[in-house]
Amino acid sequence: MTPVVEIRNLHKSFGDLEVLRGIDLDVMQGEAVVLLGSSGSGKSTLLRCINFMEEPTDGRVRINGDLVGTERGGRMQYREAELCRLRTRVGMVFQHFNLFPHMTTLENVMEGQVIVLGRSKEEAKSKAMQQLSRVGLEDKAPEYPARLSGGQKQRVAIARALAMDPEVMLFDEVTSALDPELVGEVLKTMRQLAEEGMTMVCVTHEIGFAYHVANKVCFLHEGRILEQGEPQKILKSPDSTRVSEFLEGHSLFKLPD
Amino acid sequence: MQHNWNFASVFAYWDVLLIGLWGTVYIFAITCVLGLGFGLVVGMMRYSKAWWISYPARVFVEVFRNTPVLVQIIWFFFALPVVTGVEVSAFTAAALGITLNTIAFSAEVFRGGIQSIEREQWEAGKAIGMNYAQTMRRIILYQALKRMLPPLTSRGIEVFKMSTLASVVAYSETLHQAKLIASYEFNPIEAYTVVAIMFFLVLLPLVQLTYVLERRFGKSD
Amino acid sequence: MHEWDFAATLADMDFLLLGLWNTMRVFALALLFGIPLGLCIALGRMSRIPVLSQVSSLVIEFFRTTPPLVQLFWFFFALPILISVQMTPFVASVITFSIQSSAFFAEIFRGGINSIDKGQWEAAKAIGMSRRDSLRRIILPQAVKRMIPAFAERSIELLKTTTLISTVSYADLMFQANELASKTFRPLEVYTVVAVMYFFLILVFSQLTILLEYRLAKSGEGTLR
Repeated sequence: MTPVVEIRNLHKSFGDLEVLRGIDLDVMQGEAVVLLGSSGSGKSTLLRCINFMEEPTDGRVRINGDLVGTERGGRMQYREAELCRLRTRVGMVFQHFNLFPHMTTLENVMEGQVIVLGRSKEEAKSKAMQQLSRVGLEDKAPEYPARLSGGQKQRVAIARALAMDPEVMLFDEVTSALDPELVGEVLKTMRQLAEEGMTMVCVTHEIGFAYHVANKVCFLHEGRILEQGEPQKILKSPDSTRVSEFLEGHSLFKLPD
Repeated sequence: MQHNWNFASVFAYWDVLLIGLWGTVYIFAITCVLGLGFGLVVGMMRYSKAWWISYPARVFVEVFRNTPVLVQIIWFFFALPVVTGVEVSAFTAAALGITLNTIAFSAEVFRGGIQSIEREQWEAGKAIGMNYAQTMRRIILYQALKRMLPPLTSRGIEVFKMSTLASVVAYSETLHQAKLIASYEFNPIEAYTVVAIMFFLVLLPLVQLTYVLERRFGKSD
Repeated sequence: MHEWDFAATLADMDFLLLGLWNTMRVFALALLFGIPLGLCIALGRMSRIPVLSQVSSLVIEFFRTTPPLVQLFWFFFALPILISVQMTPFVASVITFSIQSSAFFAEIFRGGINSIDKGQWEAAKAIGMSRRDSLRRIILPQAVKRMIPAFAERSIELLKTTTLISTVSYADLMFQANELASKTFRPLEVYTVVAVMYFFLILVFSQLTILLEYRLAKSGEGTLR
């Protein structure tokens, strides 16, 4: 079976700083993968390399078997048009929501469908309403983002990404900017997506979420995957002392027995 | 000494003034539209990552921001014909000088406005598969324009005031017509007071508008 | 094709430099009078006495919305008759540009003073300072630093506006250029040289502004624009 995301020997440097030093990762259909690691471990960069918000310095990324970019003289080259098409297949949700403030909730969710996918307004609208009700916000369709709470904004951002019918969803610390009481509604939405069989990759500090929802947890350290496997294994009895140190230092780490 | 104000001596020449008003509005409309339109183009060139696009735009902006408009007008009127061998009318010279100056200034406003939009908005556009042009048009420019509205309105006011410079090359706008009346009737006090009040009354509502816009669309959204 | 010949222009360079000197004189005097006057108008505008603040804001709006050339004509042609005094082009120019720029400076002062956190006023009040002392010792020193770039920008505008005084026959750089152009029959060369002179003069000022802004930004001060 072909993985939805297949990453081979991925490297990424910013100038002299080597952030990713050879990542191999497969994400299978319907899998929810959580990337853990302290800040600076490269987990967000890895995520951003999957939809090419950052172009990798070296390595290969395949989405459902399609290699991204063309190889020329041992180096990968990426064309903007190709990356734009790729990003419609890989959805992304950001830490700071990044909703378009000049558009209503509905227009936010319709925008990519109409402008990028070329869907008709009617089709985009019914699709958008469908996704908004999926995240429980169909009644907010005519509101502008400024009128929504942080949790609601984030759920709209999720709906905006879902409306493109992505093959995989990327979540980049989507609850980190939220007030504690609003975290729950967003995690619930993500959990529901996972249960519906959406393939997803999440960078998060919510260990509880990783434990209950993820099929696989990867622990990144200094640009490499130090340990990966089932959450029950990694989170309860990690092989590496680094992972246990990380988990101990994590105030949110409260696992049920 | 008491001066006997006699505004009737100005308004008797209302047809002369009317020609001036029309001249002012005409040159304002043309320079404003061309200046802002090309200003947007130059501003976006200035923002470009390709140096061979951004650099000429930058030179253009620096040259025309850093020379007085009057010098430009005079240059176009007296010097340009010598280079090209073609007569340049007063209107053309004045409109050219004011337009180029407006392009340079509004280009900086446009560039600043585009730059003021958070990087995250670019990323959000990118993440749903939009290309550079689509993101610029649908996401960035729209938001930036709102923030640029107050400085652009101020620019428009400046352009309106600048139109009086056309009088120096004897283009018949309001000030030039007032000068004619003053030299006919020997009533400079009344003639220039009328012009000053006319500009004040036309532009005051616009100035008030910029205050309103600033409050509504200022830095915070 | 026109043959460029700068010889005649360059031979009379001292004539142009005299004009430059006169330009700088008006510019410097307009700043010298305009800035303090601007502060007074700004304080008037922020005064709690309604009449004072209304009159000040009328003055500000009037001189910001009327074209400087109209003001100059008024002060040169109309004012002398009105108050029956002799008016030289030089005096008319200095008066016009002092008042005109003071209206703009007033708004910069006001913006700068308003930008200082209210807590600073309260802190000064809490240690028993009068409103006057708070303004002089606490608020203005902080505000002035923020206003410097806006001041510089306005001063550059003023410098460009001084070209208008050639229209009332004051022998500034622009006027000298007109004279020289008709004397030598070489308008192309004369006006090109003068344009370049203005360009570099203003460029030097604006680069200084940028440098200043950079220095201020480095010292962690927010500036006002």
